[in-house]
Amino acid sequence: MKNLSSVFAAYLIGWGVFFVFSLTVAKRAASLKEELARLKERMQESASKGK
Amino acid sequence: MAKTGVYSFLVCTLMGVTAYAAFYIAPTEVTMGLVQRIFYLHAPSGMTSLMAFLVSFVGSVAYILTRKPRWDWLAVSAAEVGVAFCTVVLLTGPIWAHPAWGVWWAWDARLTSTLVLWLLYVAFLILRTMIEDADRRALVSAFFGVFTFLDVPLVYGSIWWWRTQHPQPVVFTSAGLDPTMRKVFYLSWLSLTCLMALLIRQRYELEQSRDELRSLEQELEAN
Repeated sequence: MKNLSSVFAAYLIGWGVFFVFSLTVAKRAASLKEELARLKERMQESASKGK
Repeated sequence: MAKTGVYSFLVCTLMGVTAYAAFYIAPTEVTMGLVQRIFYLHAPSGMTSLMAFLVSFVGSVAYILTRKPRWDWLAVSAAEVGVAFCTVVLLTGPIWAHPAWGVWWAWDARLTSTLVLWLLYVAFLILRTMIEDADRRALVSAFFGVFTFLDVPLVYGSIWWWRTQHPQPVVFTSAGLDPTMRKVFYLSWLSLTCLMALLIRQRYELEQSRDELRSLEQELEAN
């Protein structure tokens, strides 16, 4: 069982990088979605005021 | 959205099956022992990162030729995913090298050109944050992306063209890789390629949303 810790470390780090990357993409997407919804709301408000 | 969820689930399942195969099905290599199992993550990650950079290159060239923003979105998405895979290569390599070579790092052609490749694509991503105007940013980074891709053939060919400490290729050659090891390698490559496609798609959708946000802001400013 020599070097078992190295194998686990490599897989843990490797998968960790993929996980963190997909998490950051999901986080950025969620905040953009929020911002988009806020902007659309503002546009609707200004449109209804214009009427 | 449901489609993406199903695809994500399939990719995760495939990754799990690959890990099981790498740990329990692939035979233990005689000379290196257990540490050789890092090969099933390290080598396919390297090949997948080069594939992502190729996609980024295609996006950059297509943007220069057509000036359509969707090619720029593809180029940046693939570059970012490629950097993530290349990071895995650069981190798992030394973990294998330390028990195998007795050192964490050697400045040989394959390792150095891979590090340079990673630095170039990180520079590509940083460059994009420095330019405000969307069209100018897309054009400058497209040209930089084409230049950056020049290192990819160097990384790929380095083990044939120069004497390196890095192991010689065993997958696309007649070298004696055990048939089970070869199958596990291909399975791992397939699962990482599916993961790459998923991540590029998610990242691409992010760029699409950014563009939508930009045009909404412009619309709001105009009114």
